Amino acid sequence: MRERERSFELDWWLLFIVMAICSVGLMEIYSATHNGPLHGMQWKQLVWIGIGFAGMLVLSRIDYGGLLDQSLLLYLLSLGALAVALVVGNKHFGARRWIAIWGFDLQVSELVKLIIIIVLARYFSELRTERLTLADLFKIGLLVGVPAGLILLQPDLGTAMVLVPVAIAGAFLAGIDWKHAVGVLALGAVVAVVGWNGHFLKPYQKQRLATFLNPENSPRGAGYQILQSEIAVGSGGFWGTGFSKGSQNQLGFVPVRYSDFILAALAEEQGFFGVLITLLLYLALLLRLVDNAQKAKDRAGMFLVMGVAAIFAFQVLVNAGMVIGYMPVTGIPLPFMSYGGSSTIFGFLALGLVMNVRTKRFVN
Amino acid sequence: MANWIGGDQKLPQGRLILVSYVVVLEFILLLIGFWKLQIVQSGHFADLAEKNRIRSIPIIAPRGKILDRYGRVIVDNYPSFSILLLRDDPVQIKKDLPQITSGLNVTAEDLNQQLLEARDEPKFQPIIVKPEATDADLAFVESHRADLPELELMMVQRRKYPPNDFLAHVIGYVGEVSPEQLEQSGGDRYKPGDIVGKAGLEREYNDILTGTDGMRRVIVNSIGKPVRTLDDTEPIPGKPIQLTIDADLQEVAERELAGTIGAMVAINPQNGEVLAMASRPAFDANDFSVRISRKEWTDLNDNPNKPLLNRAIQAQLAPGSVFKILESVAMLESGTPPPDFHVFCPGYGVFYGQVRHDWDPKGHGEVSLHNAIVHSCDIFFYNVGERLGIDKISYYASSLGLGARTGVDLPSEEPGLVPSQEWEERVYHHKWYPGSTISLAIGQGPIDATPIQLVRSVAGIAMGGVFYQPHLLKDFSPVKVVRFAISPGTVDQVTDGMYGVVNEGGTGVFAYDVLKQAKLQDIQFCGKTGTAQTISNKGLLRLTAAERHSFGYNTWFVGFAPRRNPEIAVAVLVQDTHLEAGGAAAPLAARFMKAYYEKKLGQPIQELQAKAAPSKAASQTQEAAAASAARDQ
Repeated sequence: MRERERSFELDWWLLFIVMAICSVGLMEIYSATHNGPLHGMQWKQLVWIGIGFAGMLVLSRIDYGGLLDQSLLLYLLSLGALAVALVVGNKHFGARRWIAIWGFDLQVSELVKLIIIIVLARYFSELRTERLTLADLFKIGLLVGVPAGLILLQPDLGTAMVLVPVAIAGAFLAGIDWKHAVGVLALGAVVAVVGWNGHFLKPYQKQRLATFLNPENSPRGAGYQILQSEIAVGSGGFWGTGFSKGSQNQLGFVPVRYSDFILAALAEEQGFFGVLITLLLYLALLLRLVDNAQKAKDRAGMFLVMGVAAIFAFQVLVNAGMVIGYMPVTGIPLPFMSYGGSSTIFGFLALGLVMNVRTKRFVN
Repeated sequence: MANWIGGDQKLPQGRLILVSYVVVLEFILLLIGFWKLQIVQSGHFADLAEKNRIRSIPIIAPRGKILDRYGRVIVDNYPSFSILLLRDDPVQIKKDLPQITSGLNVTAEDLNQQLLEARDEPKFQPIIVKPEATDADLAFVESHRADLPELELMMVQRRKYPPNDFLAHVIGYVGEVSPEQLEQSGGDRYKPGDIVGKAGLEREYNDILTGTDGMRRVIVNSIGKPVRTLDDTEPIPGKPIQLTIDADLQEVAERELAGTIGAMVAINPQNGEVLAMASRPAFDANDFSVRISRKEWTDLNDNPNKPLLNRAIQAQLAPGSVFKILESVAMLESGTPPPDFHVFCPGYGVFYGQVRHDWDPKGHGEVSLHNAIVHSCDIFFYNVGERLGIDKISYYASSLGLGARTGVDLPSEEPGLVPSQEWEERVYHHKWYPGSTISLAIGQGPIDATPIQLVRSVAGIAMGGVFYQPHLLKDFSPVKVVRFAISPGTVDQVTDGMYGVVNEGGTGVFAYDVLKQAKLQDIQFCGKTGTAQTISNKGLLRLTAAERHSFGYNTWFVGFAPRRNPEIAVAVLVQDTHLEAGGAAAPLAARFMKAYYEKKLGQPIQELQAKAAPSKAASQTQEAAAASAARDQ
């Protein structure tokens, strides 16, 4: 009975923070779309949040031990799904990322993120040594590399990159020899250089990266997005232009302002003050996740929570960095704020994993 | 349960804390990034945001109208649209080029040429793809706002010039400001694409005619569609100018000149007002008001008849026998030779060892100054010139208004030329040949005058030595007056001679015929003919008869009425004609006078009534004159 009572216990602080972030997101989605053909988008997003929330509740009830047991099956399933998406998936914006499930186009790679967290948590928690061996690193690289490669083929550089920090955070926590760390970094650099010069990146990906480095070169080309985003952010000033009063947002200068660049829209209308509040909410979310990891009852739980934290931290870093021109345009959404079914549902399912770990923290 | 679940595992708490530090660091870095943009560079980006959303569309101020002396509109404006191509995205333009060229019906070569020429100008400076858009063009631009945002419309006020090249040289034309003008103005007064006066009054009074452009600031969305208007700065229209030109007389002058190469200027000797100024051939200023094509421009410039030349102020030609009037003044005023000087004219004479012929080989017999003017006796004036000498001729010619610009309010007036010993030495590096004085005595040789100089000079002599600055602006002020004292006796003698030219069977007898037909023989029309060879006598002798025929005469008639205290003076130049002045220029001047007096006396002007067949009338004039052609000089 005692355990059953505990199982109803959710991390209310975490939930409060996430709901606050969702509210900011809904508000800004409304502001960005209410006077255009996309008006009413906030209600759709609210539906996604509802679905995600339900999914979170379900996942928080499933014993994560059982999930970890099935990690091989899940892994194979995810590779299969990625392959299917590549072959028969629906094409949006020139990339095969979506497969239709129950009438929704689901972005498979979002689900793969979740599965990689589980698979890596299992791998790391099974290690008995204090330091990762080279063989371990190679296996981890393979585990992440295969799905990442498939996602890269869609092509979706952003999501493929999101898988990497899960491995890095896990490796750091599991214990990595600093020489190995340096080696891996060097290897990463080599891969980046070869990837750039070889034919692994699509032209648009290269262009995005190139214009990221020099946005003012082509005001109407690919650098246009970054420049417009910077203009919106910069013109917001400290207090912002006011809710639904941002000219760059309302007149459509901010690219995909309800999704990838929602933070630019918010920065214009709510100013630095609004950005500060929002980023503090994300900081609180991440620190709360670390707190949950610290209180996990075992290493597997900790790796699960920290995998989630790694992905959120990376997405916030890349998305916010992109909005202010510090990162290339990669199409990585801001968790819980950017409009989008798949990413919202993933976010809540990942929270479900965290809640799952939390409810088990006193169980022996 | 598998072995990887268990409470025995220790968590790496230290590393977790390290991770949370990394997370905090991440957020600090992000906040610094936002701080830099939103606080440090906020002003810069706010400016860029304003530029993004606000587009300034100039509202072109209409130029002032040009009115005749009675306030009748000669030059007006009409609204029209120009299609602009915004050039800030060359890649987009290149992509859209086929659609733009086919949609606006322009050739890709022309557009590419324009883009090439504009490549050094600032990017924000649009090019005008189509200066005057048709309804179809407007519909095309409006319907492609979304996919061709680089196209923009601009309303402009265009110049509407009168038909039939009316007053073309005087009005001039407008055009886009040239790079040189832009540079001179230092970028404050003009911006590229501005329309400015390029020639004629449009240029002379550009400052009055030009208004101040207004500005409409509109908010546009990201695809360039105006969402709403922020504010309008209303344009200040240019001020109109009223001219001294009488449109009726101008029309008569142009009708008379139709088909010829020549010019006509009529002024009021009492105040210098220009009543008519015509030059033919002419051009259609409307060709310039939109955008003159390269071909039209080269055609106008390469035309051997020089239609762009305003002959009334720019044709510098030997005045021929008209100069005898100035010489008569010089003779009477200087007393060399004395007023009662007589010569016997056998039709030739020997001066400085060279035989000189009179225009009339029969000779004029015993001639006094009066008869010499009436019949334009060359031998008489050779003798006068010989006695006066170059210095006196030069002094009086200059004093009476030749060799210097009259100061008429038009750009590009030519100064003409009065030779002197000093001039000869400066230009040719040798002393003045006394023989040259003999040619000069009948207005040949190195002496050039423009029609406006001759009409001002003769009118001033008839006014007793009061030379008004000719001007076209009604309230031109101050009108410069040059006074050169001529004794009343001299004025009477000279004007009496000129009266005789027309009314006593002199070289201007055809003018009398015209006036008599119109029962206007009592207006006391006085004048002087002039016929100048276009090449020298020596040159002429070397040519065959057929070749000689291809060189026409430049013929003049300068006259005024009435004999005392004249109210109207006119100079007529007909170039390259095979008639001499009495046949070619004198009847034109007379018909102009007829129209002037018909109008003054309240009669309908006959020339204007016969509008139906102007070219026919003109050719009849020529034929009639040719039929009764007699050597008149």
